[in-house]
Amino acid sequence: MTAGPKRARPSRRERFTGGDLLGEAVRGLAGRPGRLVLTALAVMLGIGSLVVTIGFAQTGSRQVEATFDSVAATQGMISERADPLTGDKPLPLPWDAAERVARLNGVVAAGTLSEIEVDTKRISAAPVFDPEAPPVAAPAVMAVTPDTLATVEGVMAEGVFFSGFHEATAQRVAVLGRDAAATLGVVRVSDQPSVFIGDVSYTVIGIIGSVKAGHGLLGAVVVPQSTARRLLGLAAPDELRLRLEVGAGPMVAAQAGPALNPNSPNDYDIALPGPASDFRKSLTRDVNSLFVVLGLVALAIGALSIAVVTSLSVMERRGEIGLRRALGATQRSVAAQFVAETSIVGLLGGLIGAAAGVLGVVGISAAREWTPVVDLRLVAAAALVGVVTGAVAGLAPAVRAARVEPATALQEGT
Amino acid sequence: MTGVDGIEPVIALEGVSRTFAGAVKVFALRDVSMRVAPGDYVSITGPSGSGKSTLLNVLGLLDRPTIGIYRLAGVDTGPLGDTARARLRAAELGFVFQGFHLMAKRTVFENVLLGMAYAPVPKAERQERVAAVLEQVSMTHRAAFFPATLSGGERQRVAVARALAKGPAVLLADEPTGNLDAQTSGEVLDLFGELNAAGQTVLVVTHDPLIAGRAARRMAMTDGRLEER
Repeated sequence: MTAGPKRARPSRRERFTGGDLLGEAVRGLAGRPGRLVLTALAVMLGIGSLVVTIGFAQTGSRQVEATFDSVAATQGMISERADPLTGDKPLPLPWDAAERVARLNGVVAAGTLSEIEVDTKRISAAPVFDPEAPPVAAPAVMAVTPDTLATVEGVMAEGVFFSGFHEATAQRVAVLGRDAAATLGVVRVSDQPSVFIGDVSYTVIGIIGSVKAGHGLLGAVVVPQSTARRLLGLAAPDELRLRLEVGAGPMVAAQAGPALNPNSPNDYDIALPGPASDFRKSLTRDVNSLFVVLGLVALAIGALSIAVVTSLSVMERRGEIGLRRALGATQRSVAAQFVAETSIVGLLGGLIGAAAGVLGVVGISAAREWTPVVDLRLVAAAALVGVVTGAVAGLAPAVRAARVEPATALQEGT
Repeated sequence: MTGVDGIEPVIALEGVSRTFAGAVKVFALRDVSMRVAPGDYVSITGPSGSGKSTLLNVLGLLDRPTIGIYRLAGVDTGPLGDTARARLRAAELGFVFQGFHLMAKRTVFENVLLGMAYAPVPKAERQERVAAVLEQVSMTHRAAFFPATLSGGERQRVAVARALAKGPAVLLADEPTGNLDAQTSGEVLDLFGELNAAGQTVLVVTHDPLIAGRAARRMAMTDGRLEER
């Protein structure tokens, strides 16, 4: 055979391409399947625990959102502040507190809620005095503004709630809480039953079926605030209930004081939910940080084991490295082959780890009867993290491989 | 560059020296000049420490001369960077080692194919070439075998096939029979003779005068100096 024609720069069909490199890398790995499994397993553990952690956090936060956001993160209350020394309440809420605060951005609904002290023995559905009747726990009396029902997300079981008309004209009407209605023996409002508070009768126009906050309403005879002011001696609203948009708490808290009383904005007890994200994070953060750290540690151990095992391989494969150099491989392509090998290990570990992690999330969710939520991008990211881990772990051994002196390596024998 | 007789030499060394720095400066090669023409069969002998390994490394582009010019297949290798040297090595040099260096997990066919992995040989032609060189070294019947199942002589023939597959300008053999017994050594040397008769340039480095005797041109190395006999 004689020398073929010389080519300064071989064409793609002749060159050692990336595809060839991958092929050689796969063959290099396949030659030592035990090591491949071992190192991929180490990466798998790291990636798997990260995927479980993050997937679990996603599932958990979705669950937390579903459970808490609608009530705890949106309900708030403002009340008068008692003087710490005297116990006096020097600054009552204004009568129109609900209207003032309802104008603020982020407030969905606002209504007052006041408990009225009356002689509870004098509350009845009919003015019948029966001395034989055993005393029963009589319902409380509460005064509210028309938007209070919407504020506590209440639902009427019968009839209607107060309107602006009832409030503006201080009508003698009442709405019964579900439990109060049962106590008083009122089941329907179509026949316009009355309740007596003292000697004054009030027409029952509705029965509240359920509320999500202000549960005291269910056991009360509820009258319009203006009516209570006129007939029952209400001096000022007790508390102002607010329903907010999620995350509006801090903003509304800052603005509610001035809206209520520009002259003395700091004299109210304002209890509103914190930022929504805080709420969610606080529940998942503790779990997260611990497991993320564990996952990263496992991943680091995986990377380290790849590096160690591959360094070992480089020592064993000096003959092969020397041969490849003699066959015309550049230092770079020798290094690239080892990085490709460790990247494939990382990819395998990442893929298996992601699969195991997703299974873990599904398993945990099934056990807790939660809906598993795993972002598919997480799986892709896990595979990518695996590849990067493998590549980084392979850098040091690859440099060692590239530095192998071919002449010496070839004289060592097979 | 053309030689004295007008033919461009495959290998041309002019005033090549290679020294190794250290406490005492070691002169591995001292002012070596040589020409190998296409179709030559050259042997280089010398005791260990004479510098023949260094010479082989320089010829194989695995080491660089400290001073002097080395032309391989007409290319001055002095100014070439590592990548260009690797490419030239891939295109023009076929190595045969004492230790065979076959890959245990690959078949005979795949081992020979690997010889062209980095060489400028069109991929479409490679399979055919493997078949052709296996025929040439009479190893076609062992193509699907793994090296561990072959005898030493067979392994070396596979290694020769691997070196030949890309059609190198020169076959560089380093103690090619060092791991073989007398009879199989003879077979491998017969093979070299046949290849040379077919036009292949062969350069064998050995300490064994019997092997050197097969070559048409015999050179000897002593203390870093090369002389033709």
